[in-house]
Amino acid sequence: MKLPAPNALIGGALIGGLAVAAALGALWTPHDPLALDFRAKLGAPGAAHLLGTDEFGRDVLSRLMAGAATSVWISLLTVGFAITAGTALGIFTGYVRGWVDRIVMAFNDALLAFPGILLALGLLAVVGANKYGIIVALGLAYTPSVARIVRGTVLSLREKEFIEASRVMGNSELYTMARHVLPNCVAPLTVLATSMFGWVLLAESALSFLGLGVPPPAPTWGNMLAGSRPFIAQAAWLGIFPGLCISLTLLGINLLGDAVRDKLDPRMRGV
Amino acid sequence: MLARQTLLEVENLTLAVAHTGLCVVKGVSLSVAAGEIVGIVGESGSGKTLAARAVMGLEPSAIRRTSGSIRFDGREVTAMAPQELRAMRGARVGMVFQEPMTSLNPSMTIGRQLEEGLVLHRALDAGERRRLVLDMLARVGIRDPEGALAAYPHQFSGGMRQRIMLASVMLLQPALLIADEPTTALDAVVQRDVLELMVELTRANGTAVLMISHDLAMVARFTDRVIVMAKGDIVEQGRTEELLRRPRHPYTRKLLAAMPRRLPARRLPPAETPIVAVRDLVVDYGGRQGFFRKEAPKRALHGVSLAVRPREVVAVVGGSGSGKTTLGRAIAGLLKPSGGEILFDGRPIAKGEAGFWDYRLNCQMVFQDPYSSLDPRMTVGALVGEALRHAPGMDAAARQARVAEVLAEVGLGEGFADRYPHELSGGQRQRIAIARAVARRPSFVIADEPVSALDVTVRAQVLDLFAELQQRHGFSCLFISHDLGVVEQVADRVIVMRDGRIVEEGTRDAIFDAPRDAYTRRLLSAIPALETAGDGGVRLKWRFDEANEMRETVDA
Repeated sequence: MKLPAPNALIGGALIGGLAVAAALGALWTPHDPLALDFRAKLGAPGAAHLLGTDEFGRDVLSRLMAGAATSVWISLLTVGFAITAGTALGIFTGYVRGWVDRIVMAFNDALLAFPGILLALGLLAVVGANKYGIIVALGLAYTPSVARIVRGTVLSLREKEFIEASRVMGNSELYTMARHVLPNCVAPLTVLATSMFGWVLLAESALSFLGLGVPPPAPTWGNMLAGSRPFIAQAAWLGIFPGLCISLTLLGINLLGDAVRDKLDPRMRGV
Repeated sequence: MLARQTLLEVENLTLAVAHTGLCVVKGVSLSVAAGEIVGIVGESGSGKTLAARAVMGLEPSAIRRTSGSIRFDGREVTAMAPQELRAMRGARVGMVFQEPMTSLNPSMTIGRQLEEGLVLHRALDAGERRRLVLDMLARVGIRDPEGALAAYPHQFSGGMRQRIMLASVMLLQPALLIADEPTTALDAVVQRDVLELMVELTRANGTAVLMISHDLAMVARFTDRVIVMAKGDIVEQGRTEELLRRPRHPYTRKLLAAMPRRLPARRLPPAETPIVAVRDLVVDYGGRQGFFRKEAPKRALHGVSLAVRPREVVAVVGGSGSGKTTLGRAIAGLLKPSGGEILFDGRPIAKGEAGFWDYRLNCQMVFQDPYSSLDPRMTVGALVGEALRHAPGMDAAARQARVAEVLAEVGLGEGFADRYPHELSGGQRQRIAIARAVARRPSFVIADEPVSALDVTVRAQVLDLFAELQQRHGFSCLFISHDLGVVEQVADRVIVMRDGRIVEEGTRDAIFDAPRDAYTRRLLSAIPALETAGDGGVRLKWRFDEANEMRETVDA
């Protein structure tokens, strides 16, 4: 048995650690993440509070653990939503082409012209600011870019002779799409999904910052990062630790994404 | 002849891949005299291109020269400073590349591109440059040189672009021209025109030519001397005619034996109903469509009729743009014809007709490019097995048995079932594509240029395999090709197409021995007829040299 590639190892370790922290955070945290303690506010990291306390004296480590589940869950569902909807749209329009394609893509491009966060803000105003509202709003905001990329891939795949070969064999369009087109879109999609995971983590914190994220006092990495801003001079740890969590998660996801892509592509396995 | 001065002298040149140390050119020595035309022939991986590039100091960065010397004009190329190298390239040594579609800059006018070299290497004023460029364009056969100056590369056909490329190189009157597969991407007919032009221009100027190609017949026609390379080694070299008639090295013999040749005509059982009949087939390609405008459709086939009888191999030949591929795709059901009808076993096959599904099961296709016709994410077993998905009355076990059976038939064996296409060579891939096409035991196979992407010796093997399978299973075949040599070997009957119409049709012997149409004669003039000379040697004979008067219409 060969040792897995280093990107798979490091990525797997980071994401594994995150998963354990998130799972643990749902069951047990060193302190109650919501408990206020004004005598201990803005406490530096130390023995009682490993990563310090925030402006209300809440334990940062506990809040990070509790927030991990929320943040990661939101990001995963959002990316899943955008990838599923975007891929379906991209494959459909890329394959049928003609008028349907042109109309759908014109609409898609119009959406692309808005910054994702602005679009999400508008949608949040409609669906309401809660966990599922954020997922739907951000998911919809990121769907157009997925649709664009998948459609481009499908258009270039269409020209390949193996797609025609499938038609000559008598296979239906639906089968051809599922068996030949979709699997060949996986490589660009994994790259996109991993980078999108990062955008969503950040977008969620931006929404929190604007007061449209997960409503307080529930902790997410994003709203912790956003909340740390006024205290950056007195209590830098308030920003550093959530920021580190986000960065390490992104690094892990990216490394793992590369490893998964290589694993799924027969051409990348040794000859 | 012998007294000519040596222009290029390569001694013991060894090139290796930098990080693995793998030798790709092994101690090659060759020389080219001034004004001489030398061919280097070899298959892919023979090192012929790398060796030629090293002469100009243009080997890719991953390749390292481990030993040897290259002397050009008595000066050591390998010791030259970058500046000297640049001065030598273009001015003293010119190069023509394989791909005319990409070797000209698409965003520069022809005039500017041709001038570029003159500006760089000659001290001339604008008026003189213009005169030289116009002269050269006229000499390479561009009808309207003035107009061409302001035109862009996309306005010219592949053959015309290669002429322009040649013009830009010959403008500087180099002492040596390196032509790397200069016409491989072109039609046989255009190929011949371009090469004749090349020889004419270089002769007039006294330029020596190093011509690199996989096509022994083509090289043989235009060169004084031939060097045969295989796997990084020179296996044989000598005067062209000598080498063809009395090849000494087994590899040279193998190359000569791989040239397509005519076999005795087959006798086919008479049959009343053709297996596939096409009547007045018309195909239009929709013009580009924007939101507010729609270009007029372009007619690719103007009412084509043909019939293929059981067990018969019918070849469709023609240059690019003749509509032969469109015809094949329409018959395969990949294109919707705008008129005419296709009958399978006497029944119409349009979607919804009773004959549709029967035809779908019985008509299979082999595509040209084995690199794009196999889904890279599927194993060989899955690829071939997929063809049996709709085969009636076959359970999983029967399918698996059939996959193993056809893999054995195409000479690959069951061990290949778990491998992926990227692990296989081009020839092996095409075998897989053929296995997939015959797995369902179809009664009709359309083969669209099935061997034109393959190396010469591999091509011969795949053709033999194809013929053997055709004999064994008795399927009829529509064989589409631009290569008349291949057609001469496989076809029972030949259809010649031009501009979407059939210009001539007849038995193979009738077409090859007594063509009536001028275009057919021109096609034939581009390929040699072989005469075996005993001991593995051949003599090439060129047919219908007078047909060459009908040149490619020059459109600028």
